[in-house]
Amino acid sequence: MTFLTRFLMVGALLALAACNDPNRFGGAGSGSGSGTGTGVAGSGLPSDPTSVAYFQQAVGDRVLFAVDQSTISPEGQTVLNGQAQWLITNTDYTAVIEGHADEQGTREYNLALGARRANAAREYLISRGVAGNRLQTVSYGKERPIEICSDEACYAKNRRAVTVLASGLSS
Amino acid sequence: MKRLLACLLFGATLLAAPLAAQTGPLRIEITEGVIEPLPFAVPTFVPDTADAAAQAGQISQVIAADLTGTGLFREIPATAHIGKITDFNAPVQYADWKAINAQALITGGVSVAGDKLTVRFRVYDVFSGAELGTGLQFVGSTAGWRRMAHKVADEVYSRITGEGGYFDSRVVYVSEVGPKDQRRKRLAIMDYDGANVQYLTDSSSIVLAPRFSPTGDRVLYTSYESGFPRIHVLDVGNVERRVLDQTEGTMSFAPRFAPDGRTVVFSLEQGGNTDLYRLDLNSGQRSRLTNAPSIETAPSYSPDGSRIVFESDRSGTQQLYIMPAAGGEAQRISFGQGRYGTPVWSPRGDLIAFTKQNKGRFHIGVMRLDGSEERLLTASFLDEGPTWAPNGRVIMFSRETQGASGRSSLYSVDITGRNLKPVPTPDGASDPSWSPLQK
Repeated sequence: MTFLTRFLMVGALLALAACNDPNRFGGAGSGSGSGTGTGVAGSGLPSDPTSVAYFQQAVGDRVLFAVDQSTISPEGQTVLNGQAQWLITNTDYTAVIEGHADEQGTREYNLALGARRANAAREYLISRGVAGNRLQTVSYGKERPIEICSDEACYAKNRRAVTVLASGLSS
Repeated sequence: MKRLLACLLFGATLLAAPLAAQTGPLRIEITEGVIEPLPFAVPTFVPDTADAAAQAGQISQVIAADLTGTGLFREIPATAHIGKITDFNAPVQYADWKAINAQALITGGVSVAGDKLTVRFRVYDVFSGAELGTGLQFVGSTAGWRRMAHKVADEVYSRITGEGGYFDSRVVYVSEVGPKDQRRKRLAIMDYDGANVQYLTDSSSIVLAPRFSPTGDRVLYTSYESGFPRIHVLDVGNVERRVLDQTEGTMSFAPRFAPDGRTVVFSLEQGGNTDLYRLDLNSGQRSRLTNAPSIETAPSYSPDGSRIVFESDRSGTQQLYIMPAAGGEAQRISFGQGRYGTPVWSPRGDLIAFTKQNKGRFHIGVMRLDGSEERLLTASFLDEGPTWAPNGRVIMFSRETQGASGRSSLYSVDITGRNLKPVPTPDGASDPSWSPLQK
């Protein structure tokens, strides 16, 4: 079995398993499911810098986008720089980047828009040295908001690309 | 005959009137006109066999509900009837029906033999004292009594309006439960009026936007079963399904059948860019129809299969375009304010239904093929995804309500913007697709 096939298969399994987790698309602190005995330091951040929880909370697993845009903001670039660095250090991980849109759009367009966002994040990570074959993308369009109010405060958090790690895949 | 016909022509004119009255591509109008519905009587069909009484009653009720549900007819309740129909073949006493101002009278007889059901009916023009068309009978199974009622109603509707009917049809849609951030979706199919709901998939993965084949035997839809959005095709009869396209590193979505039933047009996303492709179901051969860095999605064929209407943001915002079915130069057809998406070609070929977003509101609308005579039929926080009734006179769509407790449900509206009403479903519902008339 080639590395790629294995990568894809395990990726698909993880994605499937993840579907059953209601916190799957949850807030930034949802390190559940991947917490491999990570201790929490005094700062409130996970102490093990190689942990998934650390990636999610300290590095930051997501970037946000302006309405109908897929351009990576300066804040987004900072987060992605950290993600790239982390991924280059922790070579055991691959990632699926999930693109999302807010509810203010038609279903098909939002799927395409989410794909643009996920791809923008992926391209940026590749430009910072992460191997492209470690990064897959998927769009959920407006199907999986994390905030459910119908105001810009919620929409701003829903327009996102989230880097979801798949662990223990060293070949 | 004259009086009824005059009334019918009046109705037909009203259906067509707003189309003729508007001019210019930028004129936008929400038509909320009201017409006087045509009063009819449908006395309970005569049970020709002793055990047919229950079904005769139910069938008469469904016929009445179909007709009144169009907004074009008004039923005169049985309590107001003076005359009584006890023999399907006896001459009609027109005076009894004139007296209660029933302009149309529908009589029928129902007989049951084993599991075989026979329904006979006649339509009368009360004020001219003559039968409208000739008596007909349908034979089917007792289990299919609703379909036979719909067939009678289609025939009555057709004779009186001169339009094809749409009652003997089904709707495939996405059934939804749970809050917005944990919504579970599964495919469901039902009669056009919400009866006989059946589920076609479970809700273990997200499913989106089912689309009927031209004969209603298959359904295309998008599923996340593999973890990534992929187009599947499902056989409505045996509920078998298979994935159509699973090129690694891509997403496929927004599928729709060509009128030939063998070709599928859809969106394929690769490297963040979404374009339109065509797939031949027999050969599995895929060809690319658009090649642009913009988003091209939501394609829909013209009824003759020669052209495709789709949405693209190549101009900077979502707009509607028409191109030849084999790809090639596309003409932009939407020029009003706001964004236009999810275009669907009318089965009559004359109109494009669409979703419009403008100033924070969503609308379902229709326009001519050149973008002229744009007419918005609805307005709400979030209306989207129109689908046409088989006769091209009614549109069904999804409406999602605002806020944390927001819920999606189905509505229908006719193409003049009248008769907006919810379509009942057991749970939340979205992405309806209306079947052709059943054979």
